[in-house]
Amino acid sequence: MLARSATDLLRDLSVRKLSSVELTQAYLDQIKLYDGQVKAFLHVDPAAALARAKEIDDRRAAGKPMGKLGGLPVAIKDVICTKGQKTTCGSKMLENFVPPYDATVVKRLKEADAVLIGKTNMDEFAMGGSTENSAFFKTTNPWDKSRVPGGSSGGAAACLAASMAPLSIGTDTGGSIRQPAAFCGVTGLKPTYGRVSRYGLVAFASSLDQIGPMAATAEDAALLLEVLAGHDPLDSTSANIPTPEYTKSLSQPFQGLKLGLVKEHFGPGLDPEVEAAVREAVKVYQSLGATVKDISLPHSKYGIATYYIIAPSEASSNLARYDGVHYGYRTDEKQMLAELAAERKSLEAKQDEKGLKNLDTALIRLYRKTRAEGFGPEVKRRIMLGTYALSAGYADKYYLQALKVRRLIRSDYDAAFQEVDFIIGPTAPNPPFKIGEKSGDPLAMYLEDLYTVTANLAGIAGISIPCGLTSGKTTGSPLPIGLQIQARPFDEDRLLRAAAMFQRGTDWHTKRPNL
Amino acid sequence: MPHSYDLIVGLEVHVQLQTKSKLFCRCSTKFGGPPNTQTCPVCIGMPGSLPVMNREAFRLGLKTAIALNCEIPQFTKWDRKQYYYPDLPKGYQISQYDLPMSQNGWLEISDPKKEFAAKRIGIIRAHLEEDAGKSLHDEEHGKADTRIDLNRTGTPLLEIVSAPDMRSTKEARVYLTQLRLMLLYLGVSDCNMQEGSLRVDANVNIHIQGPSGKIATPIVEVKNLNSFRHVERALAYEAKRQYDVWEETGRTIKDYPKQTRGWDDAAGTTLPQREKEESADYRYFPDPDLVPVITPKAEVEEVRSGLVELPAAIRSRLEKTYGISDYDSDVIVLQGLPFVAYFEEVAKLSGDGKKASNWVTQELLRILNDQSITLEQFPLTAPQLANLVKLVAGGEIEITRAKEVFNDMVANRRDAAAAMSALGIAKVDSSELENICKELVAANPKIVADVKAGKQQAIGALLGQAKKRNPNANPNEVRRICLELIAKMP
Repeated sequence: MLARSATDLLRDLSVRKLSSVELTQAYLDQIKLYDGQVKAFLHVDPAAALARAKEIDDRRAAGKPMGKLGGLPVAIKDVICTKGQKTTCGSKMLENFVPPYDATVVKRLKEADAVLIGKTNMDEFAMGGSTENSAFFKTTNPWDKSRVPGGSSGGAAACLAASMAPLSIGTDTGGSIRQPAAFCGVTGLKPTYGRVSRYGLVAFASSLDQIGPMAATAEDAALLLEVLAGHDPLDSTSANIPTPEYTKSLSQPFQGLKLGLVKEHFGPGLDPEVEAAVREAVKVYQSLGATVKDISLPHSKYGIATYYIIAPSEASSNLARYDGVHYGYRTDEKQMLAELAAERKSLEAKQDEKGLKNLDTALIRLYRKTRAEGFGPEVKRRIMLGTYALSAGYADKYYLQALKVRRLIRSDYDAAFQEVDFIIGPTAPNPPFKIGEKSGDPLAMYLEDLYTVTANLAGIAGISIPCGLTSGKTTGSPLPIGLQIQARPFDEDRLLRAAAMFQRGTDWHTKRPNL
Repeated sequence: MPHSYDLIVGLEVHVQLQTKSKLFCRCSTKFGGPPNTQTCPVCIGMPGSLPVMNREAFRLGLKTAIALNCEIPQFTKWDRKQYYYPDLPKGYQISQYDLPMSQNGWLEISDPKKEFAAKRIGIIRAHLEEDAGKSLHDEEHGKADTRIDLNRTGTPLLEIVSAPDMRSTKEARVYLTQLRLMLLYLGVSDCNMQEGSLRVDANVNIHIQGPSGKIATPIVEVKNLNSFRHVERALAYEAKRQYDVWEETGRTIKDYPKQTRGWDDAAGTTLPQREKEESADYRYFPDPDLVPVITPKAEVEEVRSGLVELPAAIRSRLEKTYGISDYDSDVIVLQGLPFVAYFEEVAKLSGDGKKASNWVTQELLRILNDQSITLEQFPLTAPQLANLVKLVAGGEIEITRAKEVFNDMVANRRDAAAAMSALGIAKVDSSELENICKELVAANPKIVADVKAGKQQAIGALLGQAKKRNPNANPNEVRRICLELIAKMP
């Protein structure tokens, strides 16, 4: 049962061949069996999930109208606010934070009769590409538990690969849905900026963040996006345009499909097995009638540099609110005050006037200690980067310059989409790497986003679908490889159709690891 | 002082706009609620919450900016001003940095007492921003506890920045008075300084006439100015202090940075604020959670054509239409729009603008002040007062008796006729008046002789006697008739 697609399960649910309680129980059992090793979930509340499933079953039995997800379990990345349930963002800072409200997407999921099965692990505040930056524990890759599941939506992808949920919600700021989808062998869509409301998504980089669906197949992702997407008056940046019925158009074939291969994506740093799998995928499309053209995104080489100015700048501002005053983690005040008193005493004894003058006030020390203790190293690194980039005298050189390059990156895409319908290439430059392999080298970790960040900078849509497995010769066990397809803004319906077309011609998306 | 100097003042005024809800969420902006009861995830900066602009606040800002003769750019945006403070829950304030919603305007100020010539004070910019919360320092328990009330957080503020165009404390005061009056007429703010609806910071320095040309002292920003009176006192203090510091140190604007000082009204001094508070780098950048605001030219024109008549225009119209002095028009306009309307009704119905002006600016205002009531609570309607003014203008009743009537009308809430009959005031028949005068002239040969000898003021004694015989006898009439009778006597 757990190997079936969400769309398939929904069909059984709707004719009452299967109950939501049975289905939810099956996933809860799977979680109980395997999440001790995978560690995809931060919180699971079996009783609440089952109660919700029962309530949906009862309503269906009574012939009441049903929402689009009619009793399907959905896992939610722990960066999205759920009323009355902890939302930690993978951070010690919000370890005990319980939001007083639901994010718009959570509200929509509830209205669509989803069963919220649990909150998934992630890199702290969505900063990272391996889920190693979670303050609580590292999620493992279900295909090889010595490897990372990717990130930051590592838990969201791993729980799908381990069949612990049929649908999952991730967020993508620079590749955080697509790269873990690639690493775990599942389908993950980053919608166009503005397609899905960000209200209730704890902000990392507001102009780049986007919530998106993760699932086994493009068809399942379409089902989920239909529920998530749409204008929200609570989010000024959400687009006020109609939401297509993605599931309806999904099986329509394409005539004369034109694909673009980005020259710059096949340069140094690309793993040969990944390249081979991507080239093979291109052949699949060609066999289905697509024409392929080499294109250039000349400014994409500045993507990482641009991203690592803009995202940390916004993050430094968005994360300023975690100061220990209003909610979340606060340093031990008694101890802090005692330390401060001791420092003062010692400075007074030394008659150190300058030291006394520069000594923190209790408030400043509260901020300092709270933030020093509450944030992990990667978050601190980005706050420092962003604070520097926005400082007086530097903002012109860094932040404003990055905004200019960002516009050029978007222009590159606009020009490319004049020539082709979609741009395809690898999602990540390499297969999943070993836990700890890159954690000492932030720059190597940042290069994980090489092919994905430009879609966020340009605000366009992108999807990652499974397109192969490594042979296992160099990696020990076969590992998933992801194909990224990028589309024009708000062209998700055609993007999902292109992905579904590939999945009708291949079976990579049906492969599951041996747990 | 050996050198003369000019005072140079620019003012930054923060005005709370009178909207029902906050600038970026739907919480109430009402003043005085129990702490932290008018808050939501957005205004307390909960993780994941997002701001959505309140159009009404923007419209009020637009109205004010247009009334201040500002240019309204078609494109404006929101920026984050970042600093840490416990009453700023997001760690930044949403404000406007390099592209404010309005700029380059002016407000004309004039002084009815003519202490300075009418002039235009430039408005550099007026921009919108959200208010912070309040820190309540509770030192009662000896623990120096601070409590935070976030009810005010997110209330819309318009920051109006003037050019350094004011040259005296008086000009600064008049600017503030006129600005406040305009805001009240526009209905954009209640301008209540006690409740913090209007807050003033002053930028001040002096230009000293030195031996070899003009010397400017370092600029000081004075904060904690809680009334217009404080502003005047603080500016006067700063001018003298800056002069003294210059004499002592020779510091000028070229070699010393801007400093922030706080006004201590009890001590009558300004004190430097902590260095850390001065050297802030706000790291402004465009708020990615909000979209830019586009204001089409047509919308600006629509707001402009819908503007109410502003105080300056009303003053000159009242002077022209009713022939009243600029001093009186100033007094009337200062009282606010309902008062202007009341005056105009009295003036029109009585047919005598000058007398109407005297009555409202003297008698009516006296009652409002004595009884501490507002015009709405004043018992007489404009037609009732107009009726009395008309009787006075027509010579039906003389002025001292009219004031008695007025007091009776106010005290007993009745119109002039009822008051007059209650006071036994009736116009004396002219033949009766003539008879009284004849009798008086006949009975007082000494006075008649005095008058004939040129001592006109001797007639005064007859007026008192006439009043005794009939309290309604109009003294002016009695004087006229008696003088005529005496003149006819041989």
